Amino acid sequence: MRAGQSPRGSELRRMEGSRLNTGQLLLVISTVILIITVVLPVAMIVYNVFFYKWSFDWSLFASMLTDPDNLAAMWNTVKISFFVTTLGTVVGLFFAWLIGRSDIPLKGLMKSLFVIPYMFPPFIGAMAWGLLLAPRSGYINKMFMALTGGRTPLFNINTLAGIVFVELCYYFPFVFIQVSGALERMDPTLEESARIAGANQMTVIRRITMPLVVPAIAAGAMLILISSLSHFGVPAILGFSNGIFTLPTKIYELIYRASGSFEGIRRGASLSILLVAVVVLALALQRRVLRAGRYDIIRGKSMRPMLIKLRGWKVPLLLVCFVFLVITVILPLCTIFGVGFLKAYGVPMKLANMTLNNFKYVLFESKMARDSIRNSFFLSITSAVITMLVGTMIAYVIVKIQPRGKGVLEVLGILPYSIPGIVLAVGVILTWSGAFYLNLYNTIWIILIAYIARYMAFSMKSASASLEQVHDSLEEASRTCGASHFESLLDVTLPLIRPGMVAGFFLIFLPAMRELTTSLLLYGPFTRTMGVAIYSINEEGYTVQACALAGVAIIIIVLGELLLRFVTRERRGQ
Amino acid sequence: MAEVRLDRITVQYGEKTAIGDFSLHVRDGECLTLLGPSPCGKTTVLRAIAGLAKLASGEVTIGSRVVASKDRRIFIPPEKRNVGVVFQDYAVWPHMTVEANVLYPLKKRKVPRKEAKEQVDDVLRQVRMGDYAARMPFQLSGGQQQRVALARALVASQDVVLLDEPLTNLDANLREEMRFEIKRLQNETGITVIYVTHDQDIALVISDRIALMDKTGSIRQLGAPEELCKNPQDSFVYRFLGLSNFIPVEIVDGEMRVRSGAKSIPFPYPMPSGMGDGPFYAACRPMDITLSREAADGRAQAGTGPGAGGALEGLVTRVIYLGNIYEYRVQVGDSEIRVQQDSFEAFKQGVFREGQVCALGIENIRYYRDMEEVS
Repeated sequence: MRAGQSPRGSELRRMEGSRLNTGQLLLVISTVILIITVVLPVAMIVYNVFFYKWSFDWSLFASMLTDPDNLAAMWNTVKISFFVTTLGTVVGLFFAWLIGRSDIPLKGLMKSLFVIPYMFPPFIGAMAWGLLLAPRSGYINKMFMALTGGRTPLFNINTLAGIVFVELCYYFPFVFIQVSGALERMDPTLEESARIAGANQMTVIRRITMPLVVPAIAAGAMLILISSLSHFGVPAILGFSNGIFTLPTKIYELIYRASGSFEGIRRGASLSILLVAVVVLALALQRRVLRAGRYDIIRGKSMRPMLIKLRGWKVPLLLVCFVFLVITVILPLCTIFGVGFLKAYGVPMKLANMTLNNFKYVLFESKMARDSIRNSFFLSITSAVITMLVGTMIAYVIVKIQPRGKGVLEVLGILPYSIPGIVLAVGVILTWSGAFYLNLYNTIWIILIAYIARYMAFSMKSASASLEQVHDSLEEASRTCGASHFESLLDVTLPLIRPGMVAGFFLIFLPAMRELTTSLLLYGPFTRTMGVAIYSINEEGYTVQACALAGVAIIIIVLGELLLRFVTRERRGQ
Repeated sequence: MAEVRLDRITVQYGEKTAIGDFSLHVRDGECLTLLGPSPCGKTTVLRAIAGLAKLASGEVTIGSRVVASKDRRIFIPPEKRNVGVVFQDYAVWPHMTVEANVLYPLKKRKVPRKEAKEQVDDVLRQVRMGDYAARMPFQLSGGQQQRVALARALVASQDVVLLDEPLTNLDANLREEMRFEIKRLQNETGITVIYVTHDQDIALVISDRIALMDKTGSIRQLGAPEELCKNPQDSFVYRFLGLSNFIPVEIVDGEMRVRSGAKSIPFPYPMPSGMGDGPFYAACRPMDITLSREAADGRAQAGTGPGAGGALEGLVTRVIYLGNIYEYRVQVGDSEIRVQQDSFEAFKQGVFREGQVCALGIENIRYYRDMEEVS
């Protein structure tokens, strides 16, 4: 009788007569919002690529597809993603296992340190690595050449390998976080019984632990794959100067070079379709490969697992962890702040060469930099509030009202998640620069619309999770107590999911603060975001100022991240 | 106070019919229990009354008001039906204090604050939660939360309160206490109570009448608890209301015998009328069987024929001590019979051991043509 609980709950909300009730109203609004923000941009891309003056025209797409430059970009994208995904999975898995299942010391500290790269905007990391390992001017390369007396640099970061390395540094936490979580929730008796049955340590890892965390690995690897396929910042900063393009950077270059002409945008749109096709293909492939073997032995509560003694390996492995952390976190961080304090790029990092002027410049003097900070705050807060509210509403419709077409809503909400930011930006340009009698181009509103579409999936996901915790009977109880559907929503459901909504706000606010890809195609003279400002100041060669602004961005993001932790911890404490 | 009438209602979830053509008349001020194995649609009946499920056909009337009718296109939403509901999981709102939970229905009905406060104090005292008014639900035990839910339902309606298995999640002691509590409250307020459960013990204690439903969702027997126990209409009712033995018997040559593969054993009791030829069952409760040694004395082999006194004989195969009760499993022919004996009696008489032969004395035998599954 309990199994039928949730369809029964939905029954109530679905039925109430023919007049437009609260449930139907929410459904209609949700659908309209998703169509405007999600369906329209995608439809506009497809239309503009394949139709010219209302008739089908395959020629543009065909010519784009056969252009060797584009094919090279596609091949680069595939190569980079493949290596980032494989290596990132291995690295993430290794550290997750080390921290989750071995007796390595300083676990708490390391756990929080390993998540830092996750918050670090990858394009700022790429900037830092460029400053360290650019073939001639990079600090490390210069030091290396001075030491050896030669003219060959230690490592050229402006290569495919360099791009893979930097993306790897910032994407491995996807697997790390997923697998650590799974290891924590896994019932340790499963491993213990294997030991009792006579299996040795390695066999347990190979035959028990690994298969059980496969779903977690798959989820993490999938995130890395999608992210690196559609990633723009790192290849843009490290690849442009050396003529290395990926599909996202190629799309940007096409549109940028055509300085916003319609033809350029159409060409960009064609490549966008190609990029989406690659992403979809990758997803399908991954799903196929990992279809076998799903386990549900991972439980919700955490237990104390049996820890593997590292003995003689303890110190070397600890060292590996610290070296890795220094490379991924501390070195780039010090570089950004160090260079941000320098009087000019290239001078040695000595106290005598330090100044506060760059920070003074970006915070008080440069109107562009100050505007960008203000714009980023405005956009992040506004989009986070709107997206959180709308996402909660759509999640409510999907989880609680369960109308006939809820599957469509679900797909529409998650769609932008698998559409690369750069593609979404192209779609938004095509939709909102006059195609429907409304030209938002060069205004901040076009960026806002893009952000809302981009982060809808985040908010829907977090809102669905909290709504599923609210049992149907709580709302039914208030109905039988004399409250209308709308009153029940206000008095019971909303207060109960409020903590989830606050967390959802930060889940959008933080990535929006460090957003680069979408804004870079959409910004106008007065609507630069922080990411755009850092990127363009850096491109113009004002390296020290760019680093100072990047430093400011990092501080804001870290503060936001701390606030989020504080908020979610408070909720757990209750 | 109000009567509730269900007139040939049908409720469907998608393609599945949860309740079909179901009629029931709940009298004003009575406590009626919908009893049946899960799932039999008893919760659905409750939801149809509360307005939480939609009718595919039929009519629901509360008091003199038709609250749902498919034919007349009436559907009064739950908030306007004036029905209190206690949900199986209590559904006490976790973000409100006990007082705020109970006050909520009055607030929605716009009862003046002072009057509402008095009413809440009253009802909280009634459910013995007066000292907990300022607590949050997570500070309460399951039983206390259940009482808050009950108080809220009582405040929500003075006419009808619907309870959906509210005691299932409580431990045994609390369950016992709460069933008397509910009965007491119903007596004091005279409210109409419709109670849903699959637990016949609770049903027997709190009900004025019981409607026993089978798995298809139809009512097998409707009546006072005593009536159901004394005159179970069929084997389903008999089996559902308590532990039972169904001994397969048949009439051979004008004599009733226990059906058994190898040899048939005489069943030395008066023959029932109206059973005619063919196999049927003799039903009895474990507590209505007495075991004795006398008749079986001196016999090595059990189950081979009538004992010295013509009593039914069996072999004790298992002895289980349940504290206040001794339970025996006795083999008679091919069938195993459950016998329960008060421990005190058993000690007085001498406890049987496994492998001993005994004579069975059965009282209150009822005869049924079939032995229906109840779950």
